[in-house]
Amino acid sequence: MSDPTDSAVLTDGGITSEDEVQQDYERHEGTKSGTRSMVLNMGPQHPSTHGVLRLLLELDGETILKAAPDIGYLHTGIEKEFEVKTYQQGVTLTDRIDYLAPLSNNLVYCLAAEKLLDLEIPPLAQWTRVMLAEFTRLNSHLVWLGTHAIDIGAMSVFLYCFREREEILRVFEMFSGQRMMTSYFRIGGLALPHPRGWQKRVKDFVEIFASRVDEYEELLTNNRIWTGRTKGIGYIPLEDMIDLGVTGPMLRAAGLKIDIRKDAPYSSYEKFDFEVPTRTENDVFARYMVRIDEMRQSLRIIKQALEGMPSGSHQADAPGIVLPDREKMKTQMESLIFHFKIVTEGFRVPEGEVYQAIESPRGEVGCYMVSDGTQKPYRVHWRGPSFGNLQAIPKMIEGTLIADVIAGLGSMDFVLGDTDR
Amino acid sequence: MIPEDLRTNPLAAAFDDLATTAKFAFDELTVEIAPAHIVAALSRAKHDLKFERLSTVTCVDRYPAEPRFEIVYHLQAIAAGQRLRLKARIPGEDPAIESVFSVYRSANWYEREVFDLFGIRFLNHPDLTRIMMPDDWVGHPLRKDVPVTGTRY
Repeated sequence: MSDPTDSAVLTDGGITSEDEVQQDYERHEGTKSGTRSMVLNMGPQHPSTHGVLRLLLELDGETILKAAPDIGYLHTGIEKEFEVKTYQQGVTLTDRIDYLAPLSNNLVYCLAAEKLLDLEIPPLAQWTRVMLAEFTRLNSHLVWLGTHAIDIGAMSVFLYCFREREEILRVFEMFSGQRMMTSYFRIGGLALPHPRGWQKRVKDFVEIFASRVDEYEELLTNNRIWTGRTKGIGYIPLEDMIDLGVTGPMLRAAGLKIDIRKDAPYSSYEKFDFEVPTRTENDVFARYMVRIDEMRQSLRIIKQALEGMPSGSHQADAPGIVLPDREKMKTQMESLIFHFKIVTEGFRVPEGEVYQAIESPRGEVGCYMVSDGTQKPYRVHWRGPSFGNLQAIPKMIEGTLIADVIAGLGSMDFVLGDTDR
Repeated sequence: MIPEDLRTNPLAAAFDDLATTAKFAFDELTVEIAPAHIVAALSRAKHDLKFERLSTVTCVDRYPAEPRFEIVYHLQAIAAGQRLRLKARIPGEDPAIESVFSVYRSANWYEREVFDLFGIRFLNHPDLTRIMMPDDWVGHPLRKDVPVTGTRY
């Protein structure tokens, strides 16, 4: 049994003499107070890391000297799972990657497969995809605003945002039967035709939402505590952001007018009239304002989709790929055979590779699909926007305070499902 | 050497001396670069051809064909709105390729992910450690010879 007064046991190799004090000081030269820096583990379980992100912070007092993000806690091998499922089955996997924007994920996957199959999607399906993708953007931004605000201390905003989100989830439920993991966009169009009465629900939402966004602004934009915590915080130079792989609202808040919906329109976005909001201050407050304005623009798109929704089929004309109408399947032999083959075997996709990118609420989400001519993809790589955005974390928070880390992480709006897949 | 039919494509022609082949399909240009020239090719893309953004670095395992691994780089030129795919094929036996971190800093985590899940070593990478799997994991899960149910239990 060792002597409890033995200094080697108690202090575990700590400082026990004047020489060691001097050596220790020299080792940590650079810290202001001449004492050791502390490594703080902002662990994977933390309400403000918005998911299971682990940040190792080397601190001098409250100032961050070095930061190292550690990810992988939500890695579930989704990319490998794509390889053992047919293309249509893979749609259900995509919901779960970025779980706050499931329809965006569905959309990019379906667009990639449709590019390989060279399918023409009917206008009704395209306009519905646009409308629901914008609802998804609202959904994601509302969660972002609620959690970002509550991290900084504004608790009522969280409840206000989730009140609106309830309405959006009800719209999703009406269309697809699911609040979150909708899998509503399928290769070839939509899973189901439009539900009866959807116009009324969307119209009711559209009528109240504009004033609700004004309410959030009323609580935050001119609030001295909010502006004090967010203005001037979280600056990353624009060239560094581009070089480090950041995309999305963070670039727009730094002045770069980049938005895939405008630059390379997909799914008939070119027919919609909307703006891409930008700011120049490149801080947490600017990113907040950009996303608030994006919510208003999304509302504008939804209004246009509601008023101008075309009529027609919700699926492409491709009998071997899209499932036949249910009634036909029960009465006609050919439809039954098609249904059986599509569901059990899946359809073959021509050999080739595509990279399809769309503008998700977080930035550029990309699906790199490699096909070998069989019914299952050979390789699907998911380019999650949060993976690129997180690389910029050390650049953003080194040299700032812990409180600014919380504000900065919130402004980045990452989701670990997207990052780790 | 890029194929005859693509010599008129200025983007493909810019890589003529470094490329082994190229193809244009589904509206996308893919240029295959010899692995030894990958840093030079990406450098040319970034500085001369103005492809400022590296979207992603990934890998496709073509087991059992040789060369086994295809390292795929997706680039984007923001102002021109163009995208480009560069590929390098490396053999399955002790796969290694030069890291492109010196050209694009965003390659950092993407190359770590490829190392972690496929086992490709990136030479001169600042911090080549596992990123998704736990640090003490043995094996490279996304390779084709690893079953989807895993090797652990």
